[in-house]
Amino acid sequence: MTAPFEPGRGYQLNPDVALRPEPFGALAYHFGTRRLSFLKAPDLVELVRGLGAHRSVSDALATLPGGRREVYLRALAALAAADMIVPQPGSSDAP
Amino acid sequence: MMTASCEPVRSERVPALVEQFKGGLAAPICLTWEWTYACNLSCTHCLSSSGRRDPAELTTAEMRSVIDELRAMQVFYVNVGGGEPTVRPDFWELLDYAVASQVGVKFSTNGLRLDAERAQRLAATDYVDVQVSLDGASREVNDAVRGHGSYDMALRAMENLAEAGFRDFKISVVMTRHNVPQLDEFAAIAGRFGAQLRITRLRPSGRGADVWNELHPTDQQQREIYSWLVDHGDRVLTGDSFFHLNALGATPLPGLNLCGAGRVVCLIDPIGDVYACPFAIHDAFKAGTVRSPGGFAEVWRSAPLFAELRTGTSSGACRSCSAFSSCQGGCMAAKFFTGLPLDGPDPECVKGHGASALSDSGRSGLPRPDKDHSRRRAVSMGMPSVRVPAKPCDSSPLAVTE
Repeated sequence: MTAPFEPGRGYQLNPDVALRPEPFGALAYHFGTRRLSFLKAPDLVELVRGLGAHRSVSDALATLPGGRREVYLRALAALAAADMIVPQPGSSDAP
Repeated sequence: MMTASCEPVRSERVPALVEQFKGGLAAPICLTWEWTYACNLSCTHCLSSSGRRDPAELTTAEMRSVIDELRAMQVFYVNVGGGEPTVRPDFWELLDYAVASQVGVKFSTNGLRLDAERAQRLAATDYVDVQVSLDGASREVNDAVRGHGSYDMALRAMENLAEAGFRDFKISVVMTRHNVPQLDEFAAIAGRFGAQLRITRLRPSGRGADVWNELHPTDQQQREIYSWLVDHGDRVLTGDSFFHLNALGATPLPGLNLCGAGRVVCLIDPIGDVYACPFAIHDAFKAGTVRSPGGFAEVWRSAPLFAELRTGTSSGACRSCSAFSSCQGGCMAAKFFTGLPLDGPDPECVKGHGASALSDSGRSGLPRPDKDHSRRRAVSMGMPSVRVPAKPCDSSPLAVTE
């Protein structure tokens, strides 16, 4: 079961998920749940791929222009709910 | 987001996505791959006119190299069909190879090989899904289309799967005039086996063209299917095949509402020919072959037919119709094999435009599939053929002879 999404924590692409580049962005396929998601913007794909390098989701979002952060935060929450991204191992939920 | 295979995308943001899909994807997300034309049954509505094995069938080595290509293209799963795919002697070996290559398989079967032992092995294999065909919730209705003994065979396979603990396997029903009244019974059968019901549209493809007039649902039944799906759609799969019914009400059926042919969908047939969709085995929709130097990837990326399908917006007579945005003109293959223009109404257009176009076009000179593997005469295997042409040419001037 997926834990609630906590932007204060570090997340990463689920190792069970493959990203397939597409003209619009990427298609994400989860080998465990056998579900597809569509990442509909190239910079969202980049954000998801690079998520593991940031200590928290908020840190990762800070690299984006302010106007897009809210939209991508919602996109990441949806990806977390679908188990496409998962908390980094050992990342603590304490601030 | 969607479940694996050709099932509708259930997302609030579908419209923008559909626009993206129209231009085609880097690789299909809904690839049907028919592994053989050989079949133990002779269903009257078989969309691939299956029966006899084609001597030019892809070899085991060729099948493996297509799987390698699919892996490289990140095609994460395929829908395997036929014919009856399990009659290939290398079926289980290829299944294991695909799964080990991270190409998941959902295969369609009439149940022939699904004995208790096999069901247990399948239940223990990750990344495989099974779809058992059943076209009647009663023996009488099913066997009239699929042949004597086919109902019992399918039910036995389902029992074996359920007993082995295979959860959520699919029961796949082609909707006909005779089984629309059985929708609730199909759902009950699925419930009994812990399976998921999948209903799809009867197409006038393959031998389906011969029986389409008698078997396709009536206008009233189309409304029943639509309403039933609106009520039960969350738990029932449709392969996105009823989008032509969307104009019947305010509630759109879940799905892309888009002909995916050559864009997100295609077919590889048993001899490696690539078609725009599983319902269009005809030269007009043949994009190439996996046997050509660039293989499947080259066909998917560069076939002129696919390029055309990805740019073309069908319009014509339907453009001015108020329902065009709901039904998008319907199914290309259904129009083609009933002799209707591709930019005109679907033969089952819910506004009745198809029916009037059909009565104008007549039945003579309809396009026939470019391959017919129907058995030449009934063979006695306990499954007598319903369709008994003395020579292939009796049923089609274009019949392929071996």
